[in-house]
Amino acid sequence: MHLTPTDLLIIASYVVFVLGIGVLLKERVAHSSDFFLAGRSIPAWVAGLAFLSANLGAQEMIGMAASGAKYGMLTSHFYWVGAIPAMVFVGIFMMPFYYGSRARSVPEYLKLRFDEKTRAFNALTFATMTVFSSGISMYAMGALLRLLLGWNIHASIVVSAVVVLGYIALGGLRSAIYNEVVQFFLIVFGFVPLVWLGLRDIGGWSGLASRVPDTYLRSWQYIGSAQANPMGIEWFGMVMGLGFVLSFGYWCTDFLVVQRAMAADSMNAARRTPLIAAVPKMLFPFIVILPGILALGLTLQPNPGAAPILQQNPGGGYDYNMALPMMIGRYYPSGLLGLGITALLASFMSGMAGNVTAFNTVWTYDIYQSYLVPRATDAHYLWVGRATTVVGVAISVATAYVAMRFNNIMDMLQLVFSFVNAPLFATFLLGMFWRRTTGHGAFSGLIAGTLAAALHYEVTAVAAASSLVGKVAVLHTYPSDMAQNFWGAIWAWTSCFIVTIAVSVITRPRPSGELAGLVYSLTPRIADDRLVWYKRPAALGLVVSVLTVALNLLFW
Amino acid sequence: MGPRDKVEKVTDLRLPLGLLLSFYGVILIATGAIQGTRVLGINVNLWWGFVLLLVGAAMLYLARRARSL
Repeated sequence: MHLTPTDLLIIASYVVFVLGIGVLLKERVAHSSDFFLAGRSIPAWVAGLAFLSANLGAQEMIGMAASGAKYGMLTSHFYWVGAIPAMVFVGIFMMPFYYGSRARSVPEYLKLRFDEKTRAFNALTFATMTVFSSGISMYAMGALLRLLLGWNIHASIVVSAVVVLGYIALGGLRSAIYNEVVQFFLIVFGFVPLVWLGLRDIGGWSGLASRVPDTYLRSWQYIGSAQANPMGIEWFGMVMGLGFVLSFGYWCTDFLVVQRAMAADSMNAARRTPLIAAVPKMLFPFIVILPGILALGLTLQPNPGAAPILQQNPGGGYDYNMALPMMIGRYYPSGLLGLGITALLASFMSGMAGNVTAFNTVWTYDIYQSYLVPRATDAHYLWVGRATTVVGVAISVATAYVAMRFNNIMDMLQLVFSFVNAPLFATFLLGMFWRRTTGHGAFSGLIAGTLAAALHYEVTAVAAASSLVGKVAVLHTYPSDMAQNFWGAIWAWTSCFIVTIAVSVITRPRPSGELAGLVYSLTPRIADDRLVWYKRPAALGLVVSVLTVALNLLFW
Repeated sequence: MGPRDKVEKVTDLRLPLGLLLSFYGVILIATGAIQGTRVLGINVNLWWGFVLLLVGAAMLYLARRARSL
C-alpha cells in the first residue's frame, strides 16, 4: 500500500488531536480520583462507547475479518452469543454492586466482598496480564505496519508508546475514554465504506450468496454437530463455553471494561453503560465480519478481469489474516485510505491505552496503596499513577520485544492467563447472589478452577495440531482448539462453582451487616420506574435482547 | 473567559470530536473534488467527505446548544 501526503496528513492530525485532548484535559486532573476514575463524571453515552471500544483492539478488527473469511457468519456468535447477553447481565444485575459499593476497581470489590487474599490474587494476575497483552498488541501493530506500509517496526512501537504515554499521563482515564470514543467513530466511518464498496462490487447480498457456500451465511443452521461446520464446535460447547463461561467471565469481571462504567456520572449511567455499548456491538459483525466474507466471495469467484482478494498460503489454504488489509488495498483511494489506516492505528493505540489505564489503577490502588505504602497523601498516589503510566508503557515495550523474539513465551503466557480467567465468573456470581459465600470459599474456588483449566489442557488434545507443552495423557481429542478452549472453560467454571460452595459451607460467613451494598439480597432495589423507558436499564436490556434474538433468527 | 470555562468547554467531548470529523470531511471532499478518483464508478472521497462533514457539524451543533442552555 502506498500512502500519499493526504493520507499522511489525516494520520498526523489524529496524533496531534489525541495529544491535544490530553493537554486540554490535564487541567481536570486535580485528585487521584480524577486520574483513575475520571472523577466519576462521564456521561452514559461516552462511557458506553468507551466500554465498547476498550475491547475493540485492532487485533480484533483484523482477527474478526480473518475469522469471517475462514468461518463466515458463525463468527457472529462472538458478538450475539459471546457478548450481548453478558453485557445486558452486567448492566442490570452486577453494576449496582460495582458502582454502589464505591469500589475503585474490580479487585477492590473482591476485597470488600471477600478478603485480602482473593483481592491480591485477582490484582496480581490482572496487572500482569494487562501489561503483557498491551505489549503483545504493540508488537502486532508494528508487524502489521511493516507489512502494509513498510514502516520501521521499532519506530512504530516507540512512537505509539510515546503517544499513548503522553495522553494518559496528562489526562488519565478521562483522556483514555475520550480517545476510545473518537476511535469508535473512526472505526465506523473508516470501515463502513469498505462494506458498501465490497457489497456493490459483489452484486449485493444475493451476489455474495451465490459465491460462498451456504454455511458461510448462517449462524446456527450448521452448528448441531462439530463436524457439520468449519469451526469444529457444536452448539452446547459454544453456548455454554463461549456464551456463558468465557463471555460472562470477560464482560462482567474484566476491569478493563468495567472501569469505563465505574467512571460514569451516576448509578443509572453506570448501569446503562454496557447496555448502550450493546447496541453498536450487535451491529458490529456487519462492519468487522462482513468484509472478511466479502473477501472470500471475491476470492472464490472473482469478478471478470479482477484478481482474487485473498492470496494462497505456500502451505495451502488462504492467508485469512490479510482479509481486511487486502480489502482496504483493493477499494480505498488516497484519502479514504488515510482514514482507514487512522482507524486501525486508533484502535491499536486505544487498545493499548485501555490496558495501561486499567493497569495503573490496579497497581496504584490495589497493590501499591494496599501493601506497599498504605497511608500517603492523595497527591502522592496521583504522582504514583503518573509514574506507573511510564513504567507500564515501558514494560509493554519490553514485552513487545520479547514477543518479537520468542513467540512461544507469549503463547505460553496467554495460555496460563486463560486458565486464571476461566473460573472468575463463578466467584463473582456466587459472591453477588449468595450471601453465604465466604472469602476462603472464593479463594479456594479460584485456585481450584485455575488448576482444573490447566489439568483439562493437560489431558486433552486437538486433532491435527501440535501442543505448546507436553501432555500427561490424552483422554479426549477435540476437533478444533476453539472446542478445547470452550470446554476447558466449562470445566474450570464448574470446578470453581462447586469448590466455592463446598468450602463456603464449612467456613464461617461474614455477618450480614458487613455485606450491605455488596450482595443482592442485602441491597435495596433501585427504583427507576419513574424514568423514561430509555433511561431504565431493565427496559433498555429488554430492547437489546429482543433485537439480538431477531438478528440471530434473521441469519439462522 | 476564565481558565475554568475553557476547561468546561473541552470537557464536552462533542466539541473536539465534531471538529475532527468535520476536518476529515473537508479533507476528503477536497481530495475527491481535486483528484476525482472513482471506485466502482463512485467518487467515494467526495461522498464520504460529505457524510463526515454532516456528522461533524451535527456534533458541533449539539455541543453548542448544550453550552448555551
